[in-house]
Amino acid sequence: MPDTPSETDPKAAAGGDDSPAATGAGPRVGLFVTCLVDLYRPNVGFAAVKLLEDAGCSVEVPRAQTCCGQPAFNNGDNADARALAEQTIAALEGYDYVVAPSGSCAGMLRHYAGLFAEDPEWAPRATGFAAKSHELTSFLVDVLGVERVEAGYHGTVTYHDSCSGLRELGVKTQPRKLLDSVADLQLAEMSETEVCCGFGGTFCVKYPEISERMVSDKCASAQRSGADTLLAGDLGCLLNITGRLRREGSEMRVYHTAEVLAGMSDLPGLGHGSESAAAVAAAQPEAAADVANDTAGLGGERKEER
Amino acid sequence: MQPQSHNFADNARRALGDHKLRQAMGRAKDGFIGKRAAAIAIVPEWQRIRAEAKELRSHAQDNLDYYLEEYEAQVQANGGQVHWAASAGDACQAIVDICQRVGARTVTKGKSMVGEEVGLNQALEAAGFETIETDLGEYIIQLAGEPPSHIIAPAVHKTRDEVADLFQQNHRQYGLTERLNDRPALVDEARRVLRDKFLAADVGITGANFLIAESGQHVLITNEGNGDLTSCLPRVHIVITGIEKVMPTLEDTTSLIRLLDASATGQQISNYTSLYSGPKRAGDLDGPDEFHVVLVDNGRSRMLGGAFREMLRCIRCGACLNHCPVYGNIGGHAYGWVYPGPMGSVITPIMVGLEEAASLPNACTLNGRCGEVCPMSIPLPDLLRKHRETAFREGLASAGTRWGLAGWAFLARRPRLYQLALRLPMKLMGLLGRRRGRFRKLPLAAAWTAGRDMPAPQGDTFMAQWAKRRGGGA
Repeated sequence: MPDTPSETDPKAAAGGDDSPAATGAGPRVGLFVTCLVDLYRPNVGFAAVKLLEDAGCSVEVPRAQTCCGQPAFNNGDNADARALAEQTIAALEGYDYVVAPSGSCAGMLRHYAGLFAEDPEWAPRATGFAAKSHELTSFLVDVLGVERVEAGYHGTVTYHDSCSGLRELGVKTQPRKLLDSVADLQLAEMSETEVCCGFGGTFCVKYPEISERMVSDKCASAQRSGADTLLAGDLGCLLNITGRLRREGSEMRVYHTAEVLAGMSDLPGLGHGSESAAAVAAAQPEAAADVANDTAGLGGERKEER
Repeated sequence: MQPQSHNFADNARRALGDHKLRQAMGRAKDGFIGKRAAAIAIVPEWQRIRAEAKELRSHAQDNLDYYLEEYEAQVQANGGQVHWAASAGDACQAIVDICQRVGARTVTKGKSMVGEEVGLNQALEAAGFETIETDLGEYIIQLAGEPPSHIIAPAVHKTRDEVADLFQQNHRQYGLTERLNDRPALVDEARRVLRDKFLAADVGITGANFLIAESGQHVLITNEGNGDLTSCLPRVHIVITGIEKVMPTLEDTTSLIRLLDASATGQQISNYTSLYSGPKRAGDLDGPDEFHVVLVDNGRSRMLGGAFREMLRCIRCGACLNHCPVYGNIGGHAYGWVYPGPMGSVITPIMVGLEEAASLPNACTLNGRCGEVCPMSIPLPDLLRKHRETAFREGLASAGTRWGLAGWAFLARRPRLYQLALRLPMKLMGLLGRRRGRFRKLPLAAAWTAGRDMPAPQGDTFMAQWAKRRGGGA
């Protein structure tokens, strides 16, 4: 059920002063970049901006955002979780919607409602904030009614359902629907697509051996699918799965779903660098042409290195 | 049993290296998950039954005192007796007292997780009674001298070969010396040994899946029929169960039975679903002379009044274990006490103390699959997180966790400092990892890089690039 975009005055938005000018018409979306995308894979953030703008949103990225507080929340440190939640709410509550390219972080934004349940001052703000917070692909499909994207990708992809997005937010069909509209992309589902990859935030470093076994199972399942590319909507899972794939010697390409949907997979995937083209080509001859082009995304260094 | 939950990390590491365990667990996991899914697929009203059952259980718990008293009055009217056990020790003492009073020598047991919880076998053996488990899985682990590793399939961690060895070693005393190899032959041999025990037993002890307040009856669900032979053949039948098992009526209980059977074993109904009404009445051809019910609290009334109330809805189906990717990889013994997996990670800290079991609620990725499959809609991930809150508040979280979080939160609460401080390291890592795209080793990341590479970051942060693009008038 699409919500009606409001016509709020941009100046009225909290954090608006700190933000550069809006970038489109339609609903005003505050992008919650997420700390992993900010630090590790900015391309996902820019892909999210492009997808939202293509869908008619005006997108702003307030500077006063860092982490949603999930690491603290999941470790029982509610004081720090609340402090970070307050910061995030203050930065983004003035927008019509808050969108994150992560089911896990968007799930945390929804948890704010419960986190402040016994705080009369913050409870209404947190509840209102939670209600307008969304994961990127479900926002595009369920709220904006987006049916297709303009993008192409040469490859057979398998999609990992990240747990928080799947079970807390019902993200399942939306990314698949959009992927289905990507030119030349084939989807090959893995058998255990809904099984956790073993990341679990701090779990993966608290119990590294158990986590390693779980991610090995996930890698095996992904490879059995016959896909040459793995996609997911959460960078935590992606770093974990990529790390294990590379350790096992697999050259399977890995991208965040948003990068492919936005047609911004023209740089090496996660865990691949400028030297990876040859390795990918050896493992996946049919993808060689794409990856050769990909390295151009690194700024023309391909020439120097060959 | 003495809890070993504080050794969780070591236990888990050992389990991961156990190839036989992996073999056994892999087979079991696929079986349980597939059978449950198939059983649910043919019940279109599954979610409706599930919602109703949650209401029924919640109602029973809201009025637990009332229904327990009604149940006791009905048991007495049927000629039985109820014993209230506040603690594990009280429960064992009550049962040992009965066995001594009736001059028992041999005691047969149906599978009871509450019996495991209170350490009943050890208490009976210490008091000198020959105690025999009659559920095949329980019998196997009794021979092996091990606790159960699953709440409905106690020997799920054993391969057929291991069972064959156990039977060969232990059945020699009955003149059965051949090493058997196939499953039916092993089952037949166990039945032959157990048949004599059923007939010799003076006291039979079983658990109960549900207690019915309106009639004083109880429901026992098994697949082997051992529960019935344990209940009906000896002179004395003792039921041991938790106070949370009481339901108002038989009608209420039927929908719970549907959920339990499908969730546990993927059956529409189990092979034996028996309803017991107490001792033999005048004119009955068989049944026990005496009937006792030991109702165990052992922390349950504390749960009723606290944050873990919803856990009392648990009907011990084991679906959360079967769908837990952590349990599936390490098995039940690693959890160090009688209840493993997600439900065990909630219950164990309540029953043996959070200090002993603080690892368990942390040994979870919060992936939510347990809560999704729970037929009683227990929010298991939320309850695990509640334990983490208490552990953090009480200083039980590890120093690494506390300092790591404190440092991270200090930075994350100062956006300008955070963006400044993290930009350079990311640029540096991006530069160093540019060619290969990943690192095999990184300072401060040993736990991560032990089994995984660390993908290299792209380079400059999003926030810095965004400021340049949009802030610079692009």
